[in-house]
Amino acid sequence: MGRRFSVFNLVSVALGIAFLYLPIVILVIYSFNASRLVTIWGGWSLRWYAALLDDSALREAATNSLLIAFASATAATVLGTLAALALSRLGRFRGRLPFVAMIYAPLVMPEVITGLSLLLFFVAINLDRGFLTITIAHTTLTLCFVAVLVQSRLAGFDRTLEEAAMDLGCPPLRTFLTVTVPVIAPAIAAGFLLAFSLSLDDLVIASFTTGPGATTLPIRIYSDVRLGVKPEINAVCTIFVAVIALVVIAASILTRRAERRQQISAC
Amino acid sequence: MRRGFTPWADPNAKPIVRFDAVSKRYANTVAIADLSLDIYEGEYFALLGPSGCGKTTLLRMLAGFEAPDRGRILLAGEDIVGVPPYRRPVNMMFQSYALFPHLSVFNNIAFGLKQDRMPKAEIAEQVGKMLQLVRLEGLADRKPHQLSGGERQRVALARSLAKRPKVLLLDEPLAALDRKLREETQFELMELQSRLGTTFVIVTHDQEEAMTVAHRMAVMNRGHIAQVDTPQQIYEQPNSRWVAEFVGDVNLIEGKLAASANGVVLEDAQGRRFRAGDGAQARPGAPAAFAVRPEKLKLALAPPPADTLNTISGRVVDIGYLGDVSVYKVRLDDGATMKASVTNATRLAERPIGWEDRVWLSFAPDAAVLLTA
Repeated sequence: MGRRFSVFNLVSVALGIAFLYLPIVILVIYSFNASRLVTIWGGWSLRWYAALLDDSALREAATNSLLIAFASATAATVLGTLAALALSRLGRFRGRLPFVAMIYAPLVMPEVITGLSLLLFFVAINLDRGFLTITIAHTTLTLCFVAVLVQSRLAGFDRTLEEAAMDLGCPPLRTFLTVTVPVIAPAIAAGFLLAFSLSLDDLVIASFTTGPGATTLPIRIYSDVRLGVKPEINAVCTIFVAVIALVVIAASILTRRAERRQQISAC
Repeated sequence: MRRGFTPWADPNAKPIVRFDAVSKRYANTVAIADLSLDIYEGEYFALLGPSGCGKTTLLRMLAGFEAPDRGRILLAGEDIVGVPPYRRPVNMMFQSYALFPHLSVFNNIAFGLKQDRMPKAEIAEQVGKMLQLVRLEGLADRKPHQLSGGERQRVALARSLAKRPKVLLLDEPLAALDRKLREETQFELMELQSRLGTTFVIVTHDQEEAMTVAHRMAVMNRGHIAQVDTPQQIYEQPNSRWVAEFVGDVNLIEGKLAASANGVVLEDAQGRRFRAGDGAQARPGAPAAFAVRPEKLKLALAPPPADTLNTISGRVVDIGYLGDVSVYKVRLDDGATMKASVTNATRLAERPIGWEDRVWLSFAPDAAVLLTA
């Protein structure tokens, strides 16, 4: 740890952070702009946040987004956890490799393709596009992230904990619920939060699978911005950034705690 | 060890655990080969052997985590093959302790009692007793990660004893402790075992540990039991070269048995003759070995009187100073080496025997064990 902060290090860290966060910082600052013109600074004000309260279309889109994020994250957490269990517990069953590949493929699949194929699928089975189809699509998208997180936690899970529980008279299902699930809970929770923020954030897949009455916040913002950037959009985006930042921070704290627990149970 | 506690010598005693012709294979290796073994109530029984000898498999079969391919396992007279681990009246203390990281010490110990739907007040009382037993009062609310290694070991022990199992299984319970703590804990376990009277079955690869704690031990090799007996019998009367070499240090003198009027005489390849006190049924001409423990060899700088039995001469090639004893490696004239250990009874005296010295080794006839297997 004896490495000193050289000028070079300092500059590269500053550049890196600027590259990542300068646009967001500008957006946040302009959300407090008093001026009606987005590009001209007119002093500090909260008027666009107040204006948001009157914008029912934006409010409705935000509610839709939160509901869809919650529903799809819940479904993805359950399915992803089950997939992770199958991958780490069933040993080398026939077809394990294709199963792994199929679980992880959506991680690298271009969203346009996922979106388009889901749209074709929903049309084919004659399912009306709307709230339900976006939720299903987001579950598809986020399930694999949950599976990856939970599986890495299960890989380090000490199976003797389960043996100890059974040895003490606990039947298998109760062992799973009272020992396995609590120990891997931080990973499951982190998976849920990640799925939640991914769903909140998605524009491409939502655009393909949306229908009347199910406009999500990203879709709303995108369509509004095409007609010119309104100051309210800056305000709504700032709130959005704050929510996602909180969720991501919570997820990383949970992951860290999970790792610490894992180290303890390993020693 | 309790004086006069020898249920294994009583033909009417009923074993609490009986392995009856048990076999188990993994893919293409034999883990347990047609093994039979009786363990009696109140015994502290050790399974000793090198890694991969099947000792852990045997223990896990008792716990119910492994099933034998063939044979029966009887617990208090009932066949428990096929009974799942959560319905067996035995408990196990795991090598890794396997404490539940999300539960407090109290809830770890109470875990098994809760499975039996014991009333809350009784659980609290029993957990309190267990904490007292392992001297951890006051730590009930800690989480496992807030405990030292020794404390975790005690929690694991308390948890496995809380349900008052018929048999307590211990899988290398002290392997993670440092030497000093391990020795202390060995004596505590013995004390605890004789106080509770519970049957303990311990798996260990540490022969000192097995010999210290156990009433009897089974020395295992490749899925077989090489010998079952008290530690003293196994050390002083090993039944094969393998057991003699695995438990403690030993010098093996290989040769052929020769005809003799009194005792057993062994003639080695150089024509030297050695005499041992017992081994009456030995057949002249058969290949055999004498096993002599290093501490039973006498080491001298001058040749002993001409009529001294069992004398060999050689040069000291190595001296290992271990504090309490020194081990001398002696190269015999035929190239073989023997080990002799000498207690360092005095503190300051200069050790008279040095490197390259010519020495004479001798042993009494009753110090040698005749081995034919």
